[in-house]
Amino acid sequence: MNYNVNEKGYYGEFGGAYIPEMLYPNVEELRQNYLIIMAEESFQKEFRQLLKDYVGRPTPLYFAKRLSEKYNTKIYLKREDLCHTGAHKVNNTIGQILMAQRLGKTRIIAETGAGQHGVATATVCALMGLECIVFMGEIDIKRQAPNVARMKMLGAKVVTATSGSKTLKDATNEAIRDWINNPVDTHYIIGSVVGPHPYPDMVARFQSVISEEIKKQLTEKEGRENPNFVVACVGGGSNAAGAFYHYLDKPEVGIIAVEAAGKGINSGESAATSALGKVGIIHGSKTLLMQTADGQITEPYSISAGLDYPGVGPMHANLFASGRGEFISITDDEAMEAGMQLCKLEGIIPAIESSHALAVFESRKFKKDEVIVVNLSGRGDKDLETYIKHFNL
Amino acid sequence: MNKINRKLSENKKLLSIYFTAGYPKLDDTVEILQQLEKNGVDMVEIGLPFSDPLADGPTIQASGTQALKNGMTTEILFHQLKDIRKTVSIPLVIMGYFNPVLQFGVENFCKKCAEVGIDGLILPDLPLAEFQEHYAEIFKKYGLLNIFLITPQTSEARIREIDSASEGFIYMVSSASVTGNSSDFGSEQTNYFQNIASLSLKNKLIVGFGINNAETFQQATKYTSGAIIGSAFIKMLSENGLNGISTFIKSIRKV
Repeated sequence: MNYNVNEKGYYGEFGGAYIPEMLYPNVEELRQNYLIIMAEESFQKEFRQLLKDYVGRPTPLYFAKRLSEKYNTKIYLKREDLCHTGAHKVNNTIGQILMAQRLGKTRIIAETGAGQHGVATATVCALMGLECIVFMGEIDIKRQAPNVARMKMLGAKVVTATSGSKTLKDATNEAIRDWINNPVDTHYIIGSVVGPHPYPDMVARFQSVISEEIKKQLTEKEGRENPNFVVACVGGGSNAAGAFYHYLDKPEVGIIAVEAAGKGINSGESAATSALGKVGIIHGSKTLLMQTADGQITEPYSISAGLDYPGVGPMHANLFASGRGEFISITDDEAMEAGMQLCKLEGIIPAIESSHALAVFESRKFKKDEVIVVNLSGRGDKDLETYIKHFNL
Repeated sequence: MNKINRKLSENKKLLSIYFTAGYPKLDDTVEILQQLEKNGVDMVEIGLPFSDPLADGPTIQASGTQALKNGMTTEILFHQLKDIRKTVSIPLVIMGYFNPVLQFGVENFCKKCAEVGIDGLILPDLPLAEFQEHYAEIFKKYGLLNIFLITPQTSEARIREIDSASEGFIYMVSSASVTGNSSDFGSEQTNYFQNIASLSLKNKLIVGFGINNAETFQQATKYTSGAIIGSAFIKMLSENGLNGISTFIKSIRKV
């Protein structure tokens, strides 16, 4: 079975482009050009150069000795937290800003939840001197003030999304509406492997540098390309898509996607889409999403702002439905404990998103000689306030 | 013959009204429909509210949010409409987003539409290719027309493709915009209406988005078969309630 996108833009039954006709020309322009542009030598050269000199790639693949001892297995951490701006998000925004330039676009829009993707977008817009407008839910703006300030410092205009539940999904709606209103000069930099085709595939390709590097680095360290398992947290799923990408068609590599259970799957405050979602349409993509019986999209909850998206990217929906991926969910408390443990054992303060992936070792056993790669998608600086509150620091 | 086609064959400038079902009050649906017919409206789009209406501006968004708060669901809407054909005879179209229809079951939804006397559907986020591959047969089976949108950015080739897939009318979005943009039409729009009218499409054209008074209605229908008013009507409902319907419709039709 093929776990990549097919020529119609689907992963199994998931994906497609369920968009109003107003967006058709924009999305179609991108669909027709994205693979051609990405294959251009000049594009690849500029993309690779920026990843190296600006982002700081390759990020290390670090053998976590004390963590490995504790769980009696071999744990490697892929250090995306060391990327410029503090998370993997910038891999995608670098790729998309180069794409936008080649499409002749002069105005960049983006959505953001916690502000990480907004910061990564504002960063590359500053780098390229392009106008940047970031849509952010009213509630998120209040709870993520430092990232709002960062975006402003980087020259972006932050627009408050006041519709619906005033969070990430509504910021995404507002960005899409802006694109409808500005169809010619604007490129929409989506931050995850969500949205209409070709976005999920394009973003996954930009993020696939993560697993490309893991293969090389693991060969150096272990004499083999393939770990036994790759583990990553999934909100929309961009860091996971990047970490899984080159292993999708290697059945000997187990894929573990970790979702946010919030206060518990059955608590009514959760973001565990694979457990709670049904097939539907969100932001132009047919995928698994959390919704009412009547098809209204519901608001998810997680202590981690980067994981509270009511859907998952179509690639992940297919990994779940086909059984290729093992999906587990981790509560707020479990994630916070795992994050704190990494601080104490390895001297690394992880983003709470990544802490969900790290909690896999409490919820599931691995064998002594198995090699596990956990994608450490981001650093925890942005989450200090949450850590302080949770642990009364 | 479908009621929509029969109405289109009357060759007049059709006035169509969009309203959100369940707004202002949950049970206003039937009375709004009856009043619209009584006041000479030619066709109605009944909006099925959705939590995430991508193509709608603030006015219709807010009416949808309120309708959902009022408790509107697909099931309730069909229940409200079950006897509608006893009192209302103008063409009725349901306009909504695809996800609620998908959850109801596309075939089940179409079957219910046929039972209560709905004539067509407008589902802006159900793309042409998906419709043709998976759903066209079902729509046909239940005698429902599927209405597609075009915009000023739609290429001529795509317009022709949409024209050949349509039976009824083409919903012509007046400008690159979500609903409720209320600036007057300039020469850009007028040229666009005229250009599309000159393509000699097999389907008639009805203009929507940005029509809010007698003047914009006139401009929109000069080269086309009719126009749809949504946000301006909802705004009026928020201000004056159902009592304002008659005055509003008369103000559009005067001149």
